[in-house]
Amino acid sequence: MTDLKFEDCLARLEQIVGRLETGNLPLEESLKIFEEGIGLARSCARYLEDAEKRIEVLAKDESGALGARPFVWEPERDQ
Amino acid sequence: MSTGRAVLTVSELTRRLQETLEERFPAVWVEGEISNYRLYGSGHAYFTLKDADSQIRAVLFRNRGRRIKFEPADGLHVMAFGSIEVYPQRGEYQLVIELLEPKGLGALQLAFEQLKARLQAEGLFDQARKRELPRFPRKIGIVTSPSGAAIRDMLRVIDRRFGELHIVIAPCRVQGDGAAEEIAQGLRDLNALGGVDIIIVGRGGGSLEDLWAFNEEAVARAIAASKVPVVSAVGHEVDFTISDFVADLRAPTPSAAAELVVREKQAVVDSLVQLRARLERFAARPLRDLERRVDELTTRLRREMRGELGRAGHRVALATRALRASDPVARVAGDRHRLESLQSRLVTALTRRRDRARYSLRSAVGRLDSLSPLAVLGRGYSLTRTPTGEVVHSPAQVQIGDAIRVLLHRGSLDAHVTDTKEQDDRPQV
Repeated sequence: MTDLKFEDCLARLEQIVGRLETGNLPLEESLKIFEEGIGLARSCARYLEDAEKRIEVLAKDESGALGARPFVWEPERDQ
Repeated sequence: MSTGRAVLTVSELTRRLQETLEERFPAVWVEGEISNYRLYGSGHAYFTLKDADSQIRAVLFRNRGRRIKFEPADGLHVMAFGSIEVYPQRGEYQLVIELLEPKGLGALQLAFEQLKARLQAEGLFDQARKRELPRFPRKIGIVTSPSGAAIRDMLRVIDRRFGELHIVIAPCRVQGDGAAEEIAQGLRDLNALGGVDIIIVGRGGGSLEDLWAFNEEAVARAIAASKVPVVSAVGHEVDFTISDFVADLRAPTPSAAAELVVREKQAVVDSLVQLRARLERFAARPLRDLERRVDELTTRLRREMRGELGRAGHRVALATRALRASDPVARVAGDRHRLESLQSRLVTALTRRRDRARYSLRSAVGRLDSLSPLAVLGRGYSLTRTPTGEVVHSPAQVQIGDAIRVLLHRGSLDAHVTDTKEQDDRPQV
């Protein structure tokens, strides 16, 4: 589940909510997908909290191998 | 043989013609239509320039031809600049072309139309090739000049909408000779880097010449070959480039590209919160259905009890009458009074108890912080499951000696089945 991309997570969550909303699910089944849904909602929220800001610029070293170094950019100074 | 005649050899005549022509026409513009165009493996191109009445042979050497953006072709009306050269071995003269421009359309415009037509015929612009962009990219690649206005515009927009993203810039020149190859290389590098969800390629506004690199085949091919979806964002809204046609999506400007690619974090958070609320609301529905059933059963139970009491009361009344016939009236009246009061207290107690049960059920449902259906266990229900997780609804599902897990409000019990009863002593309703 944690391997799912955010997009897939959200899509699955939407699907689960849709199934619950149409109703007609046995308690057992709704319990199962509700638990999954809560898990998905948590990992989506975690993704949003954990996302990290990183701006890099590609550079090649002497051997021609690709690397990335930080790109310095100040939005305030730029305005 | 008469003397005094000035007789020239063919070579002498040719040399004089050569001197005359080459000195007289060292630099000339000539206008005509291309015919018999042949491009040889050497890279030199030979053709004829003609008008209604005349023609002249022309050659475009490889080193000159490379500087010409469009592709010469038969029937094209052109203006050629060059010098006349005589080719003594064959007694021919030809125009050695330095510059070639299409007449009417500008050279760049023509080159644009030609490349566009060719790539379109190849299917590179087909709608079926366009890939859907990821809705929530984690890692965004940008191919542009690290010092241009475009990168700043894009970073500013991204920072405002969803700052916590990983941006990788593939730096390149975006105009001038060699820019197209650098842009193409940037696209390849970002593909090679791995993990990039989407690539924006572009630059800020400028003249047709400034934007030219994005009309070159190398860039078009690199976009078409990219495994990562590409958004093209070149110049202003009115500028269309070949890269716009090949890309999975054209953005009118670099800022617009950033807006198309990056969603607003707040909107994402809001929709997640909404989804969670809907999840919880609808997960509680089976519980509410259960609650309604309990209410109905309670009502039926109460009705039955009343009937039972009524019958009992009737029997008492009969007995009372019988007693009254034989025993002191006062005692009988006292008994009857006690009975009636008991009867009404019983009904009141039942009603109160039902109301209390209903209230605690409702408030239990209301209080569930996660609203998990598991909370139903809090009211003393338990959920029995087999080791495979199957919920046990009837004794037929298990054998004596089977392990079962009983899920309680808090914690669970592991137990073994010691006996099974198809019927039990619970009242049937």
